Amino acid sequence: MTVYAAPGTEGSVATYRERYDHWIGGEFRKPVNGRYFENVTPVTGKVFTEVARGDADDIEAALDAAHKAAPAWGRTSATERAIILNKIADRMEENLEKIAVAESWENGKPVRETLAADIPLAIDHFRYFAGAIRAQEGTISQIDENTVAYHFHEPLGVVGQIIPWNFPILMAVWKLAPALAAGNAVVIKPAEQTPASILFLMEIIADLLPPGVVNIVNGFGVEAGKPLASSSRIRKIAFTGETTTGRLIMQYAAQNIIPVTLELGGKSPNIFFDDVAAERDAYYSKALEGFTMFALNQGEVCTCPSRALIADEIYDSFLGDAIERTKLVKQGNPLDTTTMIGAQASNDQLEKILSYIEIGKGEGAEVLLGGHRAELDGDLAGGFYVAPTIFEGKNSMRIFQEEIFGPVVAVTSFSGFDDAIATANDTLYGLGAGVWSRNTMTAYRAGRAIQAGRVWTNNYHAYPAAAAFGGYKGSGVGRENHLMMLDHYQQTKNLLVSYSPDELGFF
Amino acid sequence: MTSQDLPERVAVTPAAATMLVQLRAQHGPLMFHQSGGCCDGSSPMCYPDGEFLTGDADVHLGDLAVVPDGVADGVADGGEPFTVPVWMSKAQYEYWKHTHLTIDVVKGRGAGFSLETPEGVRFLIRSRVLTDEEYGALAAAGVV
Repeated sequence: MTVYAAPGTEGSVATYRERYDHWIGGEFRKPVNGRYFENVTPVTGKVFTEVARGDADDIEAALDAAHKAAPAWGRTSATERAIILNKIADRMEENLEKIAVAESWENGKPVRETLAADIPLAIDHFRYFAGAIRAQEGTISQIDENTVAYHFHEPLGVVGQIIPWNFPILMAVWKLAPALAAGNAVVIKPAEQTPASILFLMEIIADLLPPGVVNIVNGFGVEAGKPLASSSRIRKIAFTGETTTGRLIMQYAAQNIIPVTLELGGKSPNIFFDDVAAERDAYYSKALEGFTMFALNQGEVCTCPSRALIADEIYDSFLGDAIERTKLVKQGNPLDTTTMIGAQASNDQLEKILSYIEIGKGEGAEVLLGGHRAELDGDLAGGFYVAPTIFEGKNSMRIFQEEIFGPVVAVTSFSGFDDAIATANDTLYGLGAGVWSRNTMTAYRAGRAIQAGRVWTNNYHAYPAAAAFGGYKGSGVGRENHLMMLDHYQQTKNLLVSYSPDELGFF
Repeated sequence: MTSQDLPERVAVTPAAATMLVQLRAQHGPLMFHQSGGCCDGSSPMCYPDGEFLTGDADVHLGDLAVVPDGVADGVADGGEPFTVPVWMSKAQYEYWKHTHLTIDVVKGRGAGFSLETPEGVRFLIRSRVLTDEEYGALAAAGVV
């Protein structure tokens, strides 16, 4: 067990600057308007640094830098880019502990998670795309004896990326690694809740990238995100967030006729078939852990298994065991490596979760566990903590239909396979799902029948590179975390070549 | 029954109305579109009216009536009453239609492109279940 010292205090492995400017053209650059905003750690609710409050002028400056860098970067060989991505991964690995602590401090998530998942996954993501771009080949089609169609991959040029606050570094890397591998220059707008940890990382890896290839402009969505998303100077926009902003970004993209990739969340069902409880063995314990995964990252995951569907036959006993298992989830100081659930990322997130708990009660759902803000002691008293909460209710209730983005699971029962699938698919979204069964035929049939892009089968919340991640239905467009994401950051150039000396005889 | 007689589906708290007065002074006429999905999903997003394109995929839930009380946060508001239309996607409304919504405002650091974010606050939806009478009246009028 380790309790890391808070950044800014004696003995901390991570030290934030007192102020962060934008990262443009390979250097920190002051915001044009000279404004900054305060950045609060949700661990204590106190300000720990201030960050440039950018606007359209800063976005233009970042686009200038990106456009200056893009042609040369786009001409580098795949080998050169792969080497740089691998060096970034190595540098992150050398600094894993401090990056993990920095991210925990900004986001409120337990360092247990950033050390074991967020940052190692980000590191591996760079390595995966370093390998993927080396292995990528164009194609040729022989049209006829003397005519050949060559297909080359070309970078898009300059792309925009808007990053969410729930995994400030990992979600940035999910977007950054394929874009860089494909040879694009990037302008990133981090979430205003978590603007600093990506800059903390950038300082660590800055010397490895040519100036202007990665540019980071912070600020509020309407002031900095909108000018980026609506700019005619980007060739693609990527966004992770919610549906209304997703639609607005598509609307701006339509005006510029550029592609978008969107990841807009879900309301993921986690289905427990009756054979799960056939024995009280290691698998049963694994399934119970799978249930408690709703509390991972304080529930602030687009694929939070926030609807648990349990077979009638085992409903009471399994749910009883699941409640006991959830009680073991340790909440506390995020910088303590034994803490499993930390703070919600912001005050408004906390307020939103509490409002959902109220509507759940109002709709007649029963609180089986939690259902309130968690009051912690000392410095943590000002932080934004919610007790893991289990509701029992019906799938038509709003707590079953909206992504609360908190450690809240809504539980209901099902009667047979068809009922399970119908309930699972009765949602606007289709990002993630969980299927738990000892019977591989049941599990396979369920996985194929669920309208979701990712169906975890006898596991949950694993995010390895090489497993495509993206949504069906209202959950978005595109697939991240897989080499197919390269397609979203590349143009196809077709050279249609005739090797015949003979005229067509047409004219 | 005219639409005026129908039970209200959406309302605004005094604090949120005060923020709307300020935002209208800064940005002109306003609109809300209720979001769904992850991160800042479920938040009511406030835009300059017409910024977000609504269409056949959306439901117009009602218009918030705001009556300025003179000065809001130091911003002169001109004192004229105004309305703010509230929209939601039709598909989402199917799952929300049994609830009454009140737009409130809390301290926070919102996201998306909603106009209130730079003010250090966030609009928030508070909900209650419609009574059987209210829902029945809406159903009889064919709006739910």
